[in-house]
Amino acid sequence: MPDLLLELFSEEIPARMQAKAAEDLRRMVTDKLVAEGLVYEGAKAFATPRRLALTVHGIPARQADLKEERKGPRVGGPDAAIQGFLKATGLSSLDEATIQRDPKKGDFYVALIEKPGRATLDVLAEMLPVIVRTFPWPKSMRWGKRSEKPGALNWVRPLHAITATFGLETEEPDVVSFAVDGIEAGQTTYGHRFLAPAAISVRRFEDYEAKLLDAKVVLDPQRRKDTIVTDAKQLAFAQGYELVEDQVLLDEVAGLVEWPVVLMGSFDPDYLKVPGEVIRATIRNNQKCFVVRDPKTGGLAPKFILTANIEANDGGKTIIAGNERVIRARLSDAKFFYETDLKTRLEDRLPKFEQIVFHEKLGTQAARIARIEKLAAEIAPLVGADATKTARAAKLAKADLLTEVVGEFPEVQGLMGKYYALAQGEDASVAAACEEHYKPQGPGDRVPTDKVAVAVALADKLDTLVGFWAIDEKPTGSKDPYALRRAALGVIRLIAENALRLSLLKVAASALMGLRAKSAQEPDTLTADLLSFFADRLKVQLRDQGARHDLVDAVFALGGQDDLLMVVRRVEALGKFLDSDDGKNLLAGTKRASNILAIEEKKDKRKFDGAPDAALYKLDEEKALAKAIGEVAAEAGAAVAKEDFAAAMRAMAKLRPAVDAFFDEVKVNDDDSAIRENRLKLLNEIRSATRAVADFSKIEG
Amino acid sequence: MDSLPPHMRPERSFQGFILALQRFWAEQGCVILQPYDMEMGAGTFHPATTLRALGPKPWNAAYVQPSRRPKDGRYGENPNRMQHYYQFQVIMKPSPPNLQELYLKSLAAIGIDAAVHDIRFVEDDWESPTLGAWGLGWECWCDGMEVSQFTYFQQVAGFECAPVAGELTYGLERLAMYVQGVDRVYDLNFNGRDGDAKVTYGDVFLQAEQEYSRHNFEHADTDMLFEQFKMAEGACRKYLAAGWRDGNRKEHLMALPAYDQCIKASHVFNLLDARGVISVTERQSYILRVRELAKACGEAWLHTEAGGAGAG
Repeated sequence: MPDLLLELFSEEIPARMQAKAAEDLRRMVTDKLVAEGLVYEGAKAFATPRRLALTVHGIPARQADLKEERKGPRVGGPDAAIQGFLKATGLSSLDEATIQRDPKKGDFYVALIEKPGRATLDVLAEMLPVIVRTFPWPKSMRWGKRSEKPGALNWVRPLHAITATFGLETEEPDVVSFAVDGIEAGQTTYGHRFLAPAAISVRRFEDYEAKLLDAKVVLDPQRRKDTIVTDAKQLAFAQGYELVEDQVLLDEVAGLVEWPVVLMGSFDPDYLKVPGEVIRATIRNNQKCFVVRDPKTGGLAPKFILTANIEANDGGKTIIAGNERVIRARLSDAKFFYETDLKTRLEDRLPKFEQIVFHEKLGTQAARIARIEKLAAEIAPLVGADATKTARAAKLAKADLLTEVVGEFPEVQGLMGKYYALAQGEDASVAAACEEHYKPQGPGDRVPTDKVAVAVALADKLDTLVGFWAIDEKPTGSKDPYALRRAALGVIRLIAENALRLSLLKVAASALMGLRAKSAQEPDTLTADLLSFFADRLKVQLRDQGARHDLVDAVFALGGQDDLLMVVRRVEALGKFLDSDDGKNLLAGTKRASNILAIEEKKDKRKFDGAPDAALYKLDEEKALAKAIGEVAAEAGAAVAKEDFAAAMRAMAKLRPAVDAFFDEVKVNDDDSAIRENRLKLLNEIRSATRAVADFSKIEG
Repeated sequence: MDSLPPHMRPERSFQGFILALQRFWAEQGCVILQPYDMEMGAGTFHPATTLRALGPKPWNAAYVQPSRRPKDGRYGENPNRMQHYYQFQVIMKPSPPNLQELYLKSLAAIGIDAAVHDIRFVEDDWESPTLGAWGLGWECWCDGMEVSQFTYFQQVAGFECAPVAGELTYGLERLAMYVQGVDRVYDLNFNGRDGDAKVTYGDVFLQAEQEYSRHNFEHADTDMLFEQFKMAEGACRKYLAAGWRDGNRKEHLMALPAYDQCIKASHVFNLLDARGVISVTERQSYILRVRELAKACGEAWLHTEAGGAGAG
């Protein structure tokens, strides 16, 4: 079956847009083919800086013919209906319709419409221009003389040529005949901008890809990436160094060249006095070059790796020299920034925060830092951190935001704080906290363990959360502009992974003290609402780890559960318990008790609280259950008090035979109303007993 | 180029470099203008770009524009940052289909050979909040150095460009430094001569950089500047209002003088900003005020002859 080759040749497409554009092209064309009844065998799309290309192979040459019967109005129906029918079906008169007999509803006309399948070439000629015109570029533009008229084509950058061919491997393919805004589809494309700019005539994908390669264009981005990485590693290795790999940079660089030529340059080792992260940020962000590491020291080597787009006449000497010049100037700036920064102590930068607004409704950065400092000092003893060091760390942690280096390279915030803190002789924990208090930034990020860092990290995140809660800027749906979900998840991980005991409600209340004036809500309402936000985050977190989220609900439903570590422990124990037979049966028994109670409570419009009367027990199973509940409640209660939830669960398991036996032998709704009431009270006792660990009614299944 | 005497070669002399660019673009049919006689932050502010980019009439021009960025002054101590430098600006409306090739040929004309240099078009979307303008294009890299901006104007002064103009901006000092192989702008050979006859960029501009840095950061009279801003803004509005022929908004007779006041306001704002007397929140509102002027001037321009009024 025939194949389609499509290429859209333009001026340079931004690197960051190329991968998605190739994928969009593949999706749009193949979706439309399928919608037209043309099922294809395979499709692949490619992008270079100057072209989007697509090959779709195994497309039928024609659509299948369609036969359709369309029911019309009844015989003798109103003229308007008949005219409408003729128009819709394309029949010239009723003679061309058949009449279908229907003794019940009356006879009616039927038109037999035969729609012959169209040649795929024609279908393509119709669909491709529409796809070009509606292509979803994140940003597109008009250009040239045609842009003076409305309706001019929009493309990411000026589009110069379209190649579109369709045909069998063995034959000369057809050009898909269409034009978009004056650009006629054809068979002509162009090679590398500098190395082989001449026009190339192509027939189908195989010769297209091969001819491009001859014309110094590597079509497949993956192949360009492979070349860059392999050559870069080789160059580094030859000098006894290692490439510092960087996937994001690699993706970008591969989108900037059609013919990657990897070269290595050097810089003055004197610049290595500047922290490696800053050197890397400079070279990477501004120059899109890789850095290399010296395996002997683990630090950076005074080398960089660039990817040029040409094979230069002089073997790349001029290109290397030019890049070295620029990198020298950049590193010289970075070094100057770094050395300038070192001249000012972090605390001397703080007054400037008074002029910087953190958030319109939450005041200045200075006010925020003061709040964090106070809160961190309150949290310190709760997490076993030194209060003085914690307060010092909280005071300095944000100061690097005002340094030149961070101004230039925001991604090294925190890290520079650490370097500058160490340089001015701060305690190691204080310095580490400057960097680590931002952590964890995401699910893959490390959680700090140094107690000072933990205290500041908690204070920072809780101040953010409580602050935005106070001004009612909570996340909604997909909108979370202040990354509050991430902050809450950070708090959860800090607590869980460091096994911290903390009353979140109390700490949130402390955080709110500094923000009282901003909040219109009752403090208790606000902190309770925030706690339920934490509960939701915890559910998501546990679900991601494969745990059951309903167990989180079952624990939070107990009320007053604001010690996240205990919540997590309970959930873990509960999960294990429910995996056992004892757990499953006890859950079933408890649910049965709850259901019966719910029905009867509704019927009688009353609760069955209160202790059952031992004198009213008539059956052994009742007495046994009452006894078991008494023992289990005491044992489980003691275990919970010792925070040994596994033991509490083991105690709970002992309830199971008595519950099972009770339901097997005892009829709850006894004819004697006093006995019935007493049995319902006993059921209520099961429910109460299990609440020592969780609200079983919230558990699914 | 071979016929040029050595002191006029673009790789030897800054002035030769500028002349080579001018000659190249003259060959492409551009009118070669002289710098606009007002202080401005970038060549884009020149009415030959801002206003001429609007309206249906074809327009091809190239010119050098001294650019004043008061905040970038470094008292002559930084090797390449200055509060006054030269931009070379090319504007072609409608953008010709081969504008990229023309640009590459212009690099060849100033001695940058694409066979040994790695020239790249790297995404850079251009936006000027003060001019209410934006466009898409690239920064053009030569061996890792940004040497030009290449923009297809989509909107100027809040109006769609129809047709679209292509704009090229060359950072002249930076390019010349590269071509001459010097690391410090003040070491550029200005006149291409040797020995006693040699005049460097430093000979011409170093003292000015020192004096203007002092002025911009320390002494510029802020009371006067605040007043000047208000006056320029007021005058701009006054000329715009008075310029409508017979008071109806069909034809405008004073778009250019009004726009001069917009340029003035913008530069005064830049000076105030350098003096550090404008707070973050005020800053936004000043930018907005200049933009409003630019938009109103753009509207007036579209009602002049060169702006295409009456052209249908």
